[in-house]
Amino acid sequence: MSEPSTTTILSTSRSNSSAWCVCLLLTLLAFAPGQAEAADKILRKVAVADPYLEMHTGPGRGYPIFHVVDRGDQVEIVMQRTDWYKVRTARGIEGWVDQAQMELTLNPDGTEVEFRAATIEDFTNAKWEFGILSGDFGGANIVSLYGGYSLNPNVSIEAWGSQILGNFSNGWMASVNVVHETWPEWRFSPFFTLGAGMIHTSPKSTIIAGDDRTDQIGHVGAGLRIYTTRRFVLRAEYKSYVVFTSRDENEEVDEWKLGFAFFF
Amino acid sequence: METRFRILFLIASAIMLSGCAATKNLFGIGDDEAPPPTTEPPGQVVDPQVERREIKEPAIDREDFEISAFIGIISIEDFGSDPVYGARFAYHVTEGFFVEASAGTTEAGLTTFEELSGGVRFFDDRRLIYYNLNLGYNILPGEVFVGGNRAYNSNFYVSAGLGSTSFADDDRFTVNFGAGFRFLWTDSLALHVDFRDHMFDIDVVGREKTTHNLEGTIGFSFFF
Repeated sequence: MSEPSTTTILSTSRSNSSAWCVCLLLTLLAFAPGQAEAADKILRKVAVADPYLEMHTGPGRGYPIFHVVDRGDQVEIVMQRTDWYKVRTARGIEGWVDQAQMELTLNPDGTEVEFRAATIEDFTNAKWEFGILSGDFGGANIVSLYGGYSLNPNVSIEAWGSQILGNFSNGWMASVNVVHETWPEWRFSPFFTLGAGMIHTSPKSTIIAGDDRTDQIGHVGAGLRIYTTRRFVLRAEYKSYVVFTSRDENEEVDEWKLGFAFFF
Repeated sequence: METRFRILFLIASAIMLSGCAATKNLFGIGDDEAPPPTTEPPGQVVDPQVERREIKEPAIDREDFEISAFIGIISIEDFGSDPVYGARFAYHVTEGFFVEASAGTTEAGLTTFEELSGGVRFFDDRRLIYYNLNLGYNILPGEVFVGGNRAYNSNFYVSAGLGSTSFADDDRFTVNFGAGFRFLWTDSLALHVDFRDHMFDIDVVGREKTTHNLEGTIGFSFFF
């Protein structure tokens, strides 16, 4: 079924430079039959326990309600996007229902279903966290991406990748660190961190004549994780780096960063 | 005579012992012998032998990730407008907010000076590659109508973030912001029209200045 669309794309593509772009599109289309197969899958069923279940045309508050399902009727859950569930009625009508209404449905055996939105408790107990931060690294701009795994509510380990963009040199930095949160249940949760890694610096040739360097780094830091809403966390932190150079003196760099993260 | 006493004594001891035996349960001494159970408790008439069926609910398919490929035109300040293409990956955290990572590339043209002066080139490697990490928000979710019978979901969104642009022999810290329109053909396939402004500092043509590099693209995306 995906073959005809494949030929269409190829025949309309004339640009050589966008060859990989087309490849990506083909990959996307290759996924498309998977969507059709989804209809044959066994889907989870729930029964409406509230007086009625409101079906929206799209997964959001603003989309209008176009259909209601009466109490006692069963619906199948086709998929979930953020806090919205796409359901299908016995007559084949499909629409989106929000979390709050889905919580009021019943399982086929009569027990209450558990569709829970992320809360501050998940902020404390979530296992995985990903974030993007940016700020100042010793006068240069820094853009960082990180992923973290919680060993318990207090202790987590993180892996960071950063790009440093300065006036005199650019570079990359990779590090791993341990984070300790003293009061993980607080909405404003302070943390302390300790880590090590590598930094690669390449001076800008037009200004300073110098070779690329790769050095080991160690760092200590402190910061604040702030729970905002649902899965969102704001994060601000300060880290003090020591760069173990091959010269006589080690370099010390201060870093200030601000960004956001989300947890699973 | 002696035999009679002996008989009397024996009778007396027998009575006394039997008395003790009769009262031993009264004072709670001796073995506690509960009467054997005779029947089932009266409340339970039928003992159900059927085990409760354990129902394993099928997992719900979550589609919060979106991958897209785009193609369009970017106007690099001083270097003309050139075709750009790239890919984008997004995670929808709530119905409003999403985070996205994009990467794109183009081949920069010549500046007016380079064209007029003949063979002069500011730099040789004309490839521009950028990446950025953005936070986006679906600011105007809605529906669009095609003809009289079809309605499709849509989103007008804004997006802004940071990244780097590798251009003219340097990596340049880049701030970008923009807006886009997402037309959802199905709940899993969408068409995008996007406009972004990539801002970075460059000193290749004269003094250092902040350039605005406007990009317009169309793309297809797939939710999974």
